[in-house]
Amino acid sequence: MTPKATILTADEVRRALTRIAHEIIERNKGAQQLALIGVHTRGIPLAARLAQKLSELEGVDVPTGMLDITLYRDDLSEVAQQPIIRETQVPFDLRDRRVVLVDDVLYTGRTVRAALDALIDLGRPAGIQLAVLVDRGHRELPIRADYVGKNLPTAAHEVVKVKVQETDGVDSVELWDMEALR
Amino acid sequence: MNAPVSMGPRPRNLLDFQDWSPERLTAILDNADTMLQVLDRPVKKVPALQGLTVCNAFFENSTRTRTSFELAARRMSADVLTFAAGASSVNKGESLRDTLEVLTSYKVDAYIVRHHASGAAHLVAKYSGKPVINAGDGRRAHPTQALLDAYTIRQEYGSLEGKTVAILGDVRHSRVARSNAELLPKLGAKVVLCGPATLLPAGLAALPGVTLTTDPREAVRGAHAVMALRLQRERMQGGFLGSLQEYADTYQVNERLMAEAESGAIVLHPGPMNRDLEISGEAADGARSRILKQVENGQAIRMSVLYHLLVGRE
Repeated sequence: MTPKATILTADEVRRALTRIAHEIIERNKGAQQLALIGVHTRGIPLAARLAQKLSELEGVDVPTGMLDITLYRDDLSEVAQQPIIRETQVPFDLRDRRVVLVDDVLYTGRTVRAALDALIDLGRPAGIQLAVLVDRGHRELPIRADYVGKNLPTAAHEVVKVKVQETDGVDSVELWDMEALR
Repeated sequence: MNAPVSMGPRPRNLLDFQDWSPERLTAILDNADTMLQVLDRPVKKVPALQGLTVCNAFFENSTRTRTSFELAARRMSADVLTFAAGASSVNKGESLRDTLEVLTSYKVDAYIVRHHASGAAHLVAKYSGKPVINAGDGRRAHPTQALLDAYTIRQEYGSLEGKTVAILGDVRHSRVARSNAELLPKLGAKVVLCGPATLLPAGLAALPGVTLTTDPREAVRGAHAVMALRLQRERMQGGFLGSLQEYADTYQVNERLMAEAESGAIVLHPGPMNRDLEISGEAADGARSRILKQVENGQAIRMSVLYHLLVGRE
C-alpha cells in the first residue's frame, strides 16, 4: 500500500518547524514567558522540537508539557474501544505564561476545543496560541491555528498521516485514501 | 492513531470479575493514575460524564463507599441521585423491583448498588437494563474495594506480578476477601486467606492462585501486603468464635505478626476498623499502614470504573 501523495518530506518537516519557531519568536517578541504543550500523541515530540529550536534561536529554555484530552472529548465512540487515558504532565505554573498548544493535524477543531478546556482546568495562562504541522480544513468549530506548517486542502475521504521520528522512525506527512487504509 | 488495545468485549456491568479480562482490569488501574492527577488539580473535575445521571442506590448502610462513589461521579460531571433505603418506601414494604421502576422513570443512566443480599446487584442489572456497579452485595462481592486494594499494592511495588497478599480474619462473611481472591490472581498475585477454621470456607481454595490456612504466621510469611478484615460482630451470633480476646490474641494484625512478613510489607484494611481487635492501633497508624491511602485511591478507582463503563455507551 502506498500513499496518494507525500506532502512533506523529512527536510520539509524540519523547515516547517524552523519557520514556525521563527514566527513564534516574532509574534511573542522573543521566547520569554512562553511554554509549549503538545497534544498526545504526535504533538508531544513536535512541541519538544519546537522548544529545542527556540532554545537555539533565543537561548531560552522554554518549558514543555503534554496534554491528553480524552476526558474532555465530545466524540467518545473511539474511547469506548480504547479506554486508555494517557498522561497529562504540565510541570510548571501556567499563570502569566503564554502557552503554545502544539498538535500534528488541525481538522474539525474538536480536539483543540477539548485541549483548550483541559488546559484552562490546569490553570490560567496569559494566553493560548495554536501551532499545527498541517491544517487540512473541514472545521466544525470556529477555531483557527496561529502557526501552520502546511495548509493542505483535503477531501473528507482522505486521511492525513503525520509520522515523526520519535514514534514512527521517520519524519513525513502523507495523504492517504481512507479506502486504502481499510 | 495507535492500534487499539485488545481487551476482549467490554462488560456492561461490574458485578464481580467474571467477565473482566486482566487487560481490562489493568486499564482500570492505569486510568486511576490519571484520575489521581485530576484530584490534585485546582479544578478537580472533568466533563467526561456530563449529561449522565448516576443513581447511588444504597439498600444497606455505608458511609465511605457511598460518599466515595458520589464524589467520583461528581468529579466526572455526572448528576447524582442518592437513594438511601433507610429513608425510603422500602421501609413501607416496597419491593426492590418496584423501587427500581420508580428510579428508572427518573431517567437514570447507571446504578451503583449496595445491598445486604448476595446477588441483588445482578437483579438490578437484569431489571433496570442499565449499567450497574456492585458496591457490595451480601457476602458475595465488593469489586471496587478489591480494585482499590490492588491499586494500592501496585502503587507500592509497581506491579502485582509475583506478589503475595495475606488476608486475615472473618473470611467467611467478607465480600472484600472474596473479591480480592478473585481479582488479585488475575493480575499475577498470590492470595493467602487466613482465619479460624469456622470463618474460613474451604471452597475458596478452589480459586486459582488462592491458598487457605488457619495459621497467621504461615499466612504472612513472605507476604508483601497484609490485609486485616473487619470482624463482623453483628454476624457473630452463630458461635463462630470462642471469644473476641482469643481471636485478637491469635489473628490480630500487629507489629509482632508483621515481623514475619517481607521487610517493607504494607498493612491494609477495608474499614471501618475495630481497633485493638482485628488490628492493633500501632499497625493501623504505623509507617507500614496504607489504610488512608486506600481511602484516597478509592475515589480515583471509582472514577476510572465509571469512565470505563459509561463513556461512549449508546
